[in-house]
Amino acid sequence: MEHRGLGWPRLPRLLELLAALAVQAVRASAIAAASPDLSLWPMPLSVQTTPRVLHLSPDNFFFGHSSTSKAGPSCSLLQEAFRRYYDYIFGFYKWHHGSADLRVGVELQQLQVSVVLDPECDTFPKISSDESYTLLVKGPVASLTANRVWGVLRGLETFSQLIYQDFYGTFTVNESNIVDSPRFPHRGILIDTSRHFLSIKSIFKTLDAMAFNKFNVLHWHIVDDPSFPYQSITFPGLSKKGSYSSSHVYTPNDVRMVIEYARLRGIRIVPEFDSPGHTQSWGEGQKDLLTPCYNGKEPSGAFGPINPIWNTTYSFLSKFFKEISTVFPDEFIHLGGDEVDFDCWASNPEIQDFMRDKGFGRNFKKLESFYMQAVLDMISAINKSSIVWQEVFDDASKLMPGTVIQVWKVEDYTREQSKVTEAGFPVILSAPWYLDWISYGQDWKKYYAVDPLSFEGSQEQKKLVIGGEACLWGEYVDATNLTPRLWPRASAVGERLWSHKDVRGLEDAYRRLTVHRCRMLRRGIAAEPVFTGYCDHEDRM
Amino acid sequence: HPVLAGKRHMSEKNSLVILVVTPGCDQFPSLESVENYTLTVNDEQCFLLSETVWGALRGLETFSQLVWRSPEGTFYINKTEIEDFPRFPHRGLLLDTSRHYLPLASILDTLDVMAYNKFNVFHWHLVDDSSFPYESFTFPNLTKKGSYNPATHIYTAQDVKEVIEYARLRGIRVLAEFDTPGHTLSWGPGVPGLLTPCYSGSHPSGTFGPVNPALNNTYEFMSTFFLEISSVFPDFYLHLGGDEVDFTCWKSNPDIQAFMKKKGFGEDFKKLESFYIQTLLDIVSAYGKGYVVWQEVFDNKVKVQPDTVIQVWREEMPVRYMKEMELVTSAGFRALLSAPWYLNHITYGPDWKNIYMVEPLAFEGSPEQKALVIGGEACMWGEYVDSTNLVPRLWPRAGAVAERLWSNKMVTNLDFAYKRLAHFRCELLRRGVQAQPLSVGYCDVEFEQT
Repeated sequence: MEHRGLGWPRLPRLLELLAALAVQAVRASAIAAASPDLSLWPMPLSVQTTPRVLHLSPDNFFFGHSSTSKAGPSCSLLQEAFRRYYDYIFGFYKWHHGSADLRVGVELQQLQVSVVLDPECDTFPKISSDESYTLLVKGPVASLTANRVWGVLRGLETFSQLIYQDFYGTFTVNESNIVDSPRFPHRGILIDTSRHFLSIKSIFKTLDAMAFNKFNVLHWHIVDDPSFPYQSITFPGLSKKGSYSSSHVYTPNDVRMVIEYARLRGIRIVPEFDSPGHTQSWGEGQKDLLTPCYNGKEPSGAFGPINPIWNTTYSFLSKFFKEISTVFPDEFIHLGGDEVDFDCWASNPEIQDFMRDKGFGRNFKKLESFYMQAVLDMISAINKSSIVWQEVFDDASKLMPGTVIQVWKVEDYTREQSKVTEAGFPVILSAPWYLDWISYGQDWKKYYAVDPLSFEGSQEQKKLVIGGEACLWGEYVDATNLTPRLWPRASAVGERLWSHKDVRGLEDAYRRLTVHRCRMLRRGIAAEPVFTGYCDHEDRM
Repeated sequence: HPVLAGKRHMSEKNSLVILVVTPGCDQFPSLESVENYTLTVNDEQCFLLSETVWGALRGLETFSQLVWRSPEGTFYINKTEIEDFPRFPHRGLLLDTSRHYLPLASILDTLDVMAYNKFNVFHWHLVDDSSFPYESFTFPNLTKKGSYNPATHIYTAQDVKEVIEYARLRGIRVLAEFDTPGHTLSWGPGVPGLLTPCYSGSHPSGTFGPVNPALNNTYEFMSTFFLEISSVFPDFYLHLGGDEVDFTCWKSNPDIQAFMKKKGFGEDFKKLESFYIQTLLDIVSAYGKGYVVWQEVFDNKVKVQPDTVIQVWREEMPVRYMKEMELVTSAGFRALLSAPWYLNHITYGPDWKNIYMVEPLAFEGSPEQKALVIGGEACMWGEYVDSTNLVPRLWPRAGAVAERLWSNKMVTNLDFAYKRLAHFRCELLRRGVQAQPLSVGYCDVEFEQT
């Protein structure tokens, strides 16, 4: 049963009415008395707040593990999180007064964290990870309870968003009760490190900002036509010849660091090695992989998509994806499969023969499917699951159940969602969320207004939508403009994927988003302005 | 990189000799400043010759762009002969520090990059409806009540001095704009009675409109205020705004209705607007300043002095902007083009091309008329811009405007421009400028946040 945005817990019937009235009164005064700066993003499932305030002292306050928690100080994921969130809450507060000279009131001394089930502390987050939590803020000890560490991470973020400084600079938080869990389990950001290289530092910044917005998947579109920055251990020539330069590469250590940095924030890294199209750069380091295009009887000198008819292609890919499956721990690998240009294949006489032999006629979609099926089989043989772009579904004869389809083409995308889910495949929605398509004005509103389940379909079909991804393709983006272009526009997508479907009010969203944007700024994320206005702490001031 | 054909004549150059003909080192640049220079690099000499210091600055920038580095790391410069001077004398960039406050560092950094691009006017749109960050010493309440935060989001007198001097050292004029009578909501809290109270029927509605043109106090205030502004900003020109005056509030106010009747303006509020602006222009002229105004002042037939500069900013209203340029110049006024160069209007893709292909003189007119186009300005309005995204949004796109205003009319080949601009963008990165990419590709050294 889905709760509304500001719900309240069940109570024995006799008291229910009274409680409802009391909570109404409390809510009304809470809205009046709560600091106007209090803004949560994304909006949790259920928030109850009171006008009773607690004060925190940077010198006294600490995060602790409850005695009954299944996680303890040996859980470095939580220890790291405690350190980070202490800094986010108190860090920019440069002038520490001596020992706390607190105003009258109750002090909040500790946030006690309790993990109920096996914490999963040293594992990688998964699509099925439990991110739910409850947060009870009361003095002197508040409690954050979650089934797994992933919920603790989400709860810490929310907790940090509740704290504000009053007119005297005192760190303050209102007594609150929050119950929260995400609407969709797959909430992603796509970055493209082929069109432009992105330094590890900028990827880390992106992961930080994702955590502030409760995103949990970084879809790393790591290679493409222009460059191949991924340094493969099995095929070092790929990046040696295919990267922009030897400094525009991701070493195995770089990749490890990104994966771990993400893990500590409860973020999955889903790598995409797009094929058979979008592979020009692969051909630099791997001879006899791409299809030689023909001008009549002679090779033209140009190359097209990966050649789907040579055995060497599949032995290469097999070895390559074996490496990928060991380097990237996530259950899913994205295989791409989009925008395959058939002209080069059609021009190649060997392929023409193959088409004839296979009885494909002139239908190159069959050849594309033949290739994709082989690669998909490869992936399942190494016990991984696949995500593909929608063409793989659109052009396929048959597709293995469980293959996740990413819907990206804007035209009629709701109909595509219907078709894909009707055929029983899970969907990741990206079509309305191409953030690289910039325009003048407050376009966050249109991203916010999207309803991922507004397509024609049954309840079962709707359940197949596992989430969505905001995509920031890299043709015009690199480290100089990535952060302001992603944030806070992607935040709108973040709330749409986390919060309850009824959280749609634009005015309230605007108010909260502007506060959230200033908060990201304080935490070192150069998120661009939503509209005319100001933050107390501007960037570079 | 140019090919090194063997180790031929490679003399080492260890100095660039500069000769400036006319003194003027301690002066301020002006619209009339001569920015010509010649640069000669050969075996015998490495010589920069210019009429004025301003030309020397332009030559130094060009010289710095000629020096390149081989893969081994050695610095080289090719034998070169350059004769250069700008096509237009007014090549400006507008920043809006009212919609969003820009820290002083952002402004100074922008001046640096303007110099790399040979921009020579910083059009500082200091105040507007949203906030009043300019610290006025004659009316300190303007800032106290009108800024976003009077402790942090202001430009002190010292800040302003710093901007003016920093600009001067780079041959950049500071054209300050105090836009009235519209765009003045932030002036209201600090100067009660300045703005027109709007009426709902017979009662004030509580909201305010443009400056009240019907009160003597208004003109006393403007007199004193612009005396301060005239003394603070040394450039001959001040920008007085005059755009987008919304007449509805004036219309609703009974005192103004009475004033209209007294003056015999009938129902024509353009006449009231004219009355205000004319009085203001006379005030400013009396302080020995010239002025630039937005095109509405011309469109609404305000009587202005013949040496007024009109800035054309509207793309299609009341006419397409090239037609407007024609009308302005045929009426004998000097014109500045901004309409196609609103850099805050972002879109997907390489929009620098459209910016580049604008031809400022593509209208019907005599050579004398065309000579009245003194240049143009790229505008970065601040509704959606602050120090988080200013630099990548400005550069390298503004570079396209810079070349259009400096270089010869015939320099229009897009492929040639792309090659140079892409290279220039990497050079900007090397100089520490967070300039965004033009398209797919890379620079040897990428940007890293410090």
